Amino acid sequence: MTEIIVVTSGKGGVGKTTTSASLACGLARRGKRVAVLDYDIGLRNLDLVMGCERRVVYDFVNVIQGDCTLKQALIKDKRLDTLFVLAASQTRDKDALSPEGVRRVLDELSADGFDYIICDSPAGIEKGAHLAMYYADQAIVVVNPEVSSVRDSDRILGLLSSKTARAEKGESIKEHLLLTRYSPRRVATGEMMSVADVKEILGIDVIGVIPESPDVLSASNAGTPVILNEDSDAARAYDDAVTRLLGDTVPMRFIDERKKGFLARMFGG
Amino acid sequence: MGLLALFRRTPPSANVAKERLRIIVAQERSTRGGPDYLPLLRRELLEVIRKYVNVDPDAIQINLEREDGQEVLELSVALPEKNAAG
Repeated sequence: MTEIIVVTSGKGGVGKTTTSASLACGLARRGKRVAVLDYDIGLRNLDLVMGCERRVVYDFVNVIQGDCTLKQALIKDKRLDTLFVLAASQTRDKDALSPEGVRRVLDELSADGFDYIICDSPAGIEKGAHLAMYYADQAIVVVNPEVSSVRDSDRILGLLSSKTARAEKGESIKEHLLLTRYSPRRVATGEMMSVADVKEILGIDVIGVIPESPDVLSASNAGTPVILNEDSDAARAYDDAVTRLLGDTVPMRFIDERKKGFLARMFGG
Repeated sequence: MGLLALFRRTPPSANVAKERLRIIVAQERSTRGGPDYLPLLRRELLEVIRKYVNVDPDAIQINLEREDGQEVLELSVALPEKNAAG
């Protein structure tokens, strides 16, 4: 069975592509066959975050329009041999993705034995975002603990429960929240909403909390998804999210302020 | 920057954020799934009612409910106290 997972948020810049790349790597690292698809037509970026931008020959739209086969367009990851990337097209024609075309690509990936298809949604609630979520079995809603992001996430949850293939059949999509840019220190001082606050407002389960970390920027600078950085708390937090996605329960880490030692407190270290 | 500013902390604002979100999210959820004309209908009704009675913008509640294949448009207007109505 192939599981189709959309990574979405409504608001831009909250970490959808970073999350798609890291979850895809995390699943592949555990031996799953994974394809990660960029639905952001006209604004291709997943290839950069995955570090395969110079190997893009064909893209999502080329496959749909029959310019090449799906096999030709899938870029095999150099680090994990069960991971494949399908780049977005840089065309300005946003209608280049069609529901039937997307369905065909997803069906072919399923027939090919992929375990997971990660759909990296564009920001907004336009056609690209709609198509990215339309065929999904599960949704990961990426949210920052910040007012506009939380409100937009609620809007997206509304669309997930009405404008998807599963919703139209009267079935539901499994929805998860993934908080990014979380600062336990600012939560402790009351400047930032906590995991519990966001969960209470949106009313769905939290699959992961990624702490604010400079490692995320350096990871995309290098084209190495942050989950592959063994020394990073952000990587550990993403790996925990992968564990939960696979159905296991692990406690949330990095959500409480790290206890400072006596000297650190004295000297503000 | 004065010396005092060094010690001044930004006031905790997370609770404000949470409260504002709770209200706006609840409001948006209540109109979700309904037809797109509901907000406009609400505004126009408010304008008509205000020609006669000075009601608060929040005094009008519109709900669309589905029961046994029938749709019921429920409208409730809270009128102000007698003396305020003028």
